[in-house]
Amino acid sequence: MEKTVNQKAWFLVLPVLLLVAFSAVIPLMTVVNYSVQDTFGNNQFFWAGLEWFEEMLRSERMWDALGRQLMFSGIILAIEIPLGIFVALNMPKSGFWSSFCLVLMSLPLLIPWNVVGTIWQIFGRVDIGLLGYTLDALGINYNYTQDILAAWVTIIVMDVWHWTSLVALLAFAGLKSIPDAYYQAAKIDQASRWKVFCFIELPKMMGVLMIAILLRFMDSFMIYTEPFVVTGGGPGNATTLLSIDLVKMALGQFDLGPAAAFSIMYFLVILLISWVFYTVMTNLEKREG
Amino acid sequence: MADMTVNQFSSRGLSLPKINSSLVVMTLYLLFLLLPIYWLLNMSLKTNTEILNEFTLFPRDLTFANYATILTDPAWYMGYVNSLIYVTLNTVISLAVALPAAYAFSRYHFMGDKHLFFWLLTNRMAPPAVFALPFFQLYSSVGLFDTHIAVALAHCLFNVPLAVWILEGFMRGVPKEIDETAYIDGYSFGAFFVKIFTPLIASGIGVAAFFCFMFSWVELLLSRTLTTVDAKPIAAIMTRTQGASGIDWGVLAAAGILTIVPGALVIYFVRNYIAKGFALGRV
Repeated sequence: MEKTVNQKAWFLVLPVLLLVAFSAVIPLMTVVNYSVQDTFGNNQFFWAGLEWFEEMLRSERMWDALGRQLMFSGIILAIEIPLGIFVALNMPKSGFWSSFCLVLMSLPLLIPWNVVGTIWQIFGRVDIGLLGYTLDALGINYNYTQDILAAWVTIIVMDVWHWTSLVALLAFAGLKSIPDAYYQAAKIDQASRWKVFCFIELPKMMGVLMIAILLRFMDSFMIYTEPFVVTGGGPGNATTLLSIDLVKMALGQFDLGPAAAFSIMYFLVILLISWVFYTVMTNLEKREG
Repeated sequence: MADMTVNQFSSRGLSLPKINSSLVVMTLYLLFLLLPIYWLLNMSLKTNTEILNEFTLFPRDLTFANYATILTDPAWYMGYVNSLIYVTLNTVISLAVALPAAYAFSRYHFMGDKHLFFWLLTNRMAPPAVFALPFFQLYSSVGLFDTHIAVALAHCLFNVPLAVWILEGFMRGVPKEIDETAYIDGYSFGAFFVKIFTPLIASGIGVAAFFCFMFSWVELLLSRTLTTVDAKPIAAIMTRTQGASGIDWGVLAAAGILTIVPGALVIYFVRNYIAKGFALGRV
């Protein structure tokens, strides 16, 4: 659509600007402020420059958390994206059963995040949980509070349970927008099922899949509540992801300086990813429009 | 495409039960989704003795005592009231500021529009963990700590950008000629927006409201950090079940089930738009 240039449109965005400035810019400035100062308590602060940043960049703790975070995001993407596409391909295309699937699949998305944690915490317990009890009865040694592998498997399965539907819903929406003519042409050419997927469905889904990948990457990158409820970051530090570590540092130990420096670097990474996201999305829109 | 031929046959009146791979896949997937929820429901209907001493797939002596505990104790049910109050406040605020902004983005070019749009997006992507401490200090210093409005405003951080993005996606689908015709007919901007434009994007507003509701409802870190007593959300109260005599599993499970109910109720109405909302109005 052709847009007209109108500087007065600024008045329409002013409320948003003020509100988000209050709830984003002011807090962010507080963080910046803390990141360059040190304190001896009693609200006396003095300039520390980039000391905290240097300290955080040297600290193994942050790099370890970042490593675990990247591993977590990588694994869940590798499972959720293919699984989501696969589910979307198998969904009923229309009618009652389509709505039925849509509603049931959306259910996990609407559960408060700590309840998601609670559900899996209970589900995986060896004494009272269906999953833990069954695994135990099968003779598999499974204890997510003590075994690192079990803890990782639990939080990954939990995330797959929680968010695969999102990928499936987006892929489904992409699939539904493909006109029937494409399939008929493929049929005339006697294309195999696999070829139809590779040359018709996948390219047509690319736009929404991009959104799905980036949303899932972003949200998994700042995940906090669910793994915290299930494992509390343990056993040891095995499942302490970036956000969990940050909250531990800022609210638990009240190490304001390092936590603030950590926050800023964390936020810069997110900013970088957001920029990629935005560029990819606007380019896709340009190509389509 | 084997599946398609099977479908065609069955739709032509051959009432054979449709046993195909799709059905199996969907059944397995839905089973995987529903099993953990079923287990929670199952536990919420049991007594604690049964939960801890026996392993049963169905509650043997069905009890609603756990739900009764929650629904009669103000300390419990006020959590739901608190949550609903700040979620509603947040949805209203988010939509009120997002509607004009989304209109501006969808209709006009103005100085810095692209940068502003991108900056809004970055707030949707901001990790709440980064903001928890500064929010705590900000709202304490302006005397809003432990109020519903504080949580509602804090959640605007990610809900306002989301609402702007979703609404802009929907508004772009409305032809510009409608605006122009209305102005020629002598409508003022306000009258046009309320009387003509709003009904046209009613479904978009519904979806945006749903997403604001949803993300405010599921968030815990910020709402827990910003409240102590008066505005404490239900999700934070749930941690209370950890008493001296161990965890009260039955009540915990019942509280969990009750937090799922509001989402399950509204999801039916937006089922066909969920994907569009998650794609920020861009499918």
